[in-house]
Amino acid sequence: MGLRSTLDKIEPHFTSGGRYEKWYALYEAVDTLFYSPSSVTRSTAHVRDGVDLKRIMITVWFAAFPAMFYGMYNLGFQANDILAATGAEVPGWRGTIIGALGGYDAGSIWDCMVFGAMYFLPLYAVTFLVGGFWEVLFAMKRGHEVNEGFFVTSILFALTLPPDLPLWQAALGISFGVVIGKEVFGGTGKNFLNPALTGRAFLYFAYPADLSGDAVWTAVDGYSGATPLGIVAADGMGGLTEAYSWTQAFMGSIPGSIGETSTLAVMIGGAVLLLTRIASWRVVAGCFIGMIAFSTLLNAVGSDANPAFAMPWYWHMVVGSFAFGAFFMATDPVSAAMTDRGRWAYGILIGVMCVLIRVVNPAFPEGMMLAILFANLFAPLFDHFAVQSNVKRRLARVQP
Amino acid sequence: MQMKETLLGPIFRNNPIALQILGICSALAVTSSLKVTVVMCIALTLVTAFSNLFISIIRNFIPSSIRIIVQMTIIASLVIVVDQVLQAVAYEISKQLSVFVGLIITNCIVMGRAEAFAMKNPPLPSFMDGIGNGLGYSFVLLAVGFVRELFGSGKLFGIEILPLATEGGWYEPVGLLLLPPSAFFLIGLLIWAIRSWQTDQVEAPDFQIAKHKPAEEAA
Repeated sequence: MGLRSTLDKIEPHFTSGGRYEKWYALYEAVDTLFYSPSSVTRSTAHVRDGVDLKRIMITVWFAAFPAMFYGMYNLGFQANDILAATGAEVPGWRGTIIGALGGYDAGSIWDCMVFGAMYFLPLYAVTFLVGGFWEVLFAMKRGHEVNEGFFVTSILFALTLPPDLPLWQAALGISFGVVIGKEVFGGTGKNFLNPALTGRAFLYFAYPADLSGDAVWTAVDGYSGATPLGIVAADGMGGLTEAYSWTQAFMGSIPGSIGETSTLAVMIGGAVLLLTRIASWRVVAGCFIGMIAFSTLLNAVGSDANPAFAMPWYWHMVVGSFAFGAFFMATDPVSAAMTDRGRWAYGILIGVMCVLIRVVNPAFPEGMMLAILFANLFAPLFDHFAVQSNVKRRLARVQP
Repeated sequence: MQMKETLLGPIFRNNPIALQILGICSALAVTSSLKVTVVMCIALTLVTAFSNLFISIIRNFIPSSIRIIVQMTIIASLVIVVDQVLQAVAYEISKQLSVFVGLIITNCIVMGRAEAFAMKNPPLPSFMDGIGNGLGYSFVLLAVGFVRELFGSGKLFGIEILPLATEGGWYEPVGLLLLPPSAFFLIGLLIWAIRSWQTDQVEAPDFQIAKHKPAEEAA
């Protein structure tokens, strides 16, 4: 018996009057995940396209895979590198599984992947289950469809977390992101903030000790190592180039949040998004223009007291979460600007704000998250001006 | 019966913060610890009640063109009295409340009740209305303050309830709750809860999306 006939057979239980009527949202989600729905638009608005919201979201989900797999490898590599020096092992169930499947050899890709998986997979599983719970709860209560947007939110959220975040904090963060960031405004398509970043921002301010500082970026207890941006803030560019080469930062073998480290892996996924036109290239280009222009300006201005002023744009691009944010977070079709000119302004604002927070704000070494949330708030305003100027131009044309 | 409604109505049915969205500023600023919150609630309740009483007594003698100035004079005098009493009796708390006692003058609830109720009603109902709105304000502030102090610093009225991880306990405090913006989320959630219960408070939507026209009709 095929999957289609199984789904068809159990469908009557879920439609109105059936035994599991309340769970229709869940049935619908599973059905349309595997098969495109056969229903067609019956009214005048009509789009002929093979892609619907679900396919878009699944594509983004797959596009995040290079960053995810590299992130897992790098998580293990960074930790094994430290563990090799100290000779320590991971305690608890993680240690047992790592011992059974591999070892602690930083040179072995397999060992590093296993190590990384032991830390990333629980985080992702918790994020997915807790976030999925809220999503399904609201969908059932409101009679909406469960949306694959949640696949994207959950993976992006998990990838922005530091490696050994306590699991309950991940659960709390995604709950806040999904409920306060999205569902209170009416669900998918109505949120004005990026839900994944809203969740992370909540954790960032609720538990600063677990989301920032030097001790959280490597999955080794008691080890403290600064991220490249932390090094720049403390020791300037000299300290950074001494610790890491540019290629190293571009390839991603630096400490940081799980998914953000490899600019290369992020760009591979990002290229897929741009080629399929799921992400707006104007937003991404705007981010880069804003970042390059503003960091060049700061280079020219210079500062004796703040060494981060001297950080050139090609370093800004490869360290921290600039690339990840520009390709995956800023391009969220719901919370970004909708008009073309609005998208340019929105992207540029993100680039400028990111560098501004990184360089000038002494409290936050990384600014991409806050920059994107800030620009999310401005996106409707940019759209408003773009629409108004269109209206004005057309009015001028019809009036004599 | 009507007196009871005047007194208790503002707590849930017509809450000054949750329904009228007034007095948010101090609700964000003073709710990080319950002790301060309670003092603020008492201060505001007294000021609202007595300003309502006095304004209501002289309401027929206030020329309408300068009524705001007269109201302000009465409210300001009361606030100065409250401020002085606090400084004399509870200096530490008065320092923590800092400008917010003085800012009761500008609290929309006090002005709003004076203008909307005390100018039109006899002294006793006005006094009750002041107490009632003070209670409505206090209800929201105490609820927010309870959550913020309990989960933000593990204490209630300064007494340890959840032992903090930094001091050898198990509870890791939510740092966000110590920042004023967290009160926005809490008040929002509270409004959500109240409106789910008292559905007549839900506002009508600004606009409704039109139904799709069937294809034949359009063609």
